[in-house]
Amino acid sequence: MSALPLVALVGNPNAGKSALFNALTGARQKLGNYPGVTVERKAGRLALADGRPVELVDLPGTYSLDPASPDEQVTRDVVMGRQAGERLPDALVIVVDAANLDNHLRFALELIALGLPTVVALNMVDLATRDGLELDAGVLARELGVPVIPTVAVRKRGLDHLKSELADVIGGAAAPLRAGGESADFDTLRAEARRIARAAIVRETPSRRLTAAVDRVALHPVLGLLLLLGLLFVMFQGVYAWSEAPIAMIEGLAEAASDAVAAALPDGIVRSFLVDGVINGVGSVVVFLPQILILFFFILMLEATGYMVRAAFLMDSLMARVGLSGRAFIPLLSSFACAVPGIMATRTISDPKDRLTTILIAPLMTCSARLPVYAVIIGAFIPARSVGPGIGLQGLVLFGLYVAGIVGALLVALVLRLTVTKGASGGFLMEMPKYQMPRPQDILIGLWQRAVIFLKRAGTIIFASTVILWLLLSFPRAPDAASQVDHSIAGRIAGGLNVVLEPIGFNRDISLALIPAMAAREVAVSALATVYSINAGDDEAKLERSLGERLKDQWPLPTALAFLAWFVFAPQCISTIAVTKRETNGWKWPMFMVFYLFALAYGAAGLTYWTATAAGL
Amino acid sequence: MRLSDLPLRQPAYVDIIEWDRLSPSEGQRLREFGLCEGASVEALHHGGLFGRGPIACRVGRMTIAMRRNHAAAIAVRTGPEGGDA
Repeated sequence: MSALPLVALVGNPNAGKSALFNALTGARQKLGNYPGVTVERKAGRLALADGRPVELVDLPGTYSLDPASPDEQVTRDVVMGRQAGERLPDALVIVVDAANLDNHLRFALELIALGLPTVVALNMVDLATRDGLELDAGVLARELGVPVIPTVAVRKRGLDHLKSELADVIGGAAAPLRAGGESADFDTLRAEARRIARAAIVRETPSRRLTAAVDRVALHPVLGLLLLLGLLFVMFQGVYAWSEAPIAMIEGLAEAASDAVAAALPDGIVRSFLVDGVINGVGSVVVFLPQILILFFFILMLEATGYMVRAAFLMDSLMARVGLSGRAFIPLLSSFACAVPGIMATRTISDPKDRLTTILIAPLMTCSARLPVYAVIIGAFIPARSVGPGIGLQGLVLFGLYVAGIVGALLVALVLRLTVTKGASGGFLMEMPKYQMPRPQDILIGLWQRAVIFLKRAGTIIFASTVILWLLLSFPRAPDAASQVDHSIAGRIAGGLNVVLEPIGFNRDISLALIPAMAAREVAVSALATVYSINAGDDEAKLERSLGERLKDQWPLPTALAFLAWFVFAPQCISTIAVTKRETNGWKWPMFMVFYLFALAYGAAGLTYWTATAAGL
Repeated sequence: MRLSDLPLRQPAYVDIIEWDRLSPSEGQRLREFGLCEGASVEALHHGGLFGRGPIACRVGRMTIAMRRNHAAAIAVRTGPEGGDA
């Protein structure tokens, strides 16, 4: 840990805190975790006006120092110097929304009473002006007793001023003046906040608010739902339509790399390792980076514009029917990208049973790691023909798989709420932020962080599982005539596992791919690629063909469909199990989750296989 | 009148909040959202296709969403002035 002075950015949710953090630190951010809890620690470096570097940490947004969730607890503990793994901040930057002073000042007063050196950022003053509100920062500063700087984080306005005030308060004062243990009660603080807010408002003219106008459509019971469905449709279309060119590019690169290795090395075990194991295996996963980034782009945009909460509002009545709240919609939608951030996002759900149910069904949302599997199988087995104007059969099947996951999740939630997580439903209480035009930089930083995480996974977990699988497949070497896969260690393990999986139509190669897929679901694809690559051996004609074509030769259609059904409920990847263990503080719930998902996956794959076989497919 | 029955876009202010009909954490969150006796409120949108969904309402300068059963715990008086009753 660096010994730089620590500055904590703290404030209400929706005060524009993260935008201010991004504007102050740029892309040089470090993501970590607070020890013992899964709350993300976001820190960055910032040079003050006098050149001194400080570490800036972005604390989770909260409404008061009376925490209602693990995130909010971290905020309280950090500003009070009680958080393990974090030193007491040398200064606070309190971010308040200029257009919502009454409310945000109450929390600001609570924070100022802590006695740490403090600067208040009066953020989003442009939006306040748009709402017909004119404020006097000088009056605020005098009333609060700390410097107040008007800022517009998204336009980088007021940042230099903020940095110079921060330089003055850090190291200026001696020891922080601790205001003792007693703090004013809630009502006193609110009355005081209100008085100060009124004093600071120079002029307040009622104005037509953009947000109210948009909400008339976005929150309309019928139009709003259509809009939401439309957005989701565009999102899933975009994942396919916009990713073709970049995918082709990555595939081209992988092919060039294979060719280069093949040309440079003599035929043998090393070349097989590099081409079959490393390039084929890892390449078949990295190729999905564009689709994953497009998905995250939509989710980040929905969050940054303020639309996500509207979606939660629209979905609340539906979610209530299965015993959940609209709030659960946000983590569940994130789970379409990846269940890990989705499960972490359930921390904003304060009711413990609502939260647990949401965690347990989050893996049923079709995560982006399943896309590679779906894409390969659909591409190989489902004919690319049109079933209606603008509707392709392949897209329709994919859509069906997503719907199967969602319907499955809702049914599971209903059953869980009647059994293991029985109890009164927690309700739905949320602030609805104003709509905002997201800053491109903020979205780019978010995408960059996701890309790094994905590539790190590809470079570590996926790389390691692919290499181990290659080793298990390549040894012991088969005598000339025998099949290498049959003879290998992996082949023999899979042969044993296949006894259980054969009834649901899975062949030996699938059993083989499912083992490393526990590390990361998309490894199923790279594993199949490695298996068939090794199987092909030196047969040039076989090697030339794509994985899809090879699968088509080897698998009957019912097997392929059963494989898809299996992945709708696909048993956990290890990261999801790990994050579930952390979020639920023990092994009980992750074990429960793995068990019920295995059971569902087995049942769904079996039903699909038997039905398809009976139908003569 | 209850906030749950308040017609849309009719300015009102909070008369009485029956805190005991809310759980302690819900009560605290509502307080943090600025809901208190005398606060100005206005129902903006009703969610749900059949009117069973949540209510979006303005409280002071904030817009918040809550379920109908919570809104039913809040008695309101119509009138343009919030005032500190």
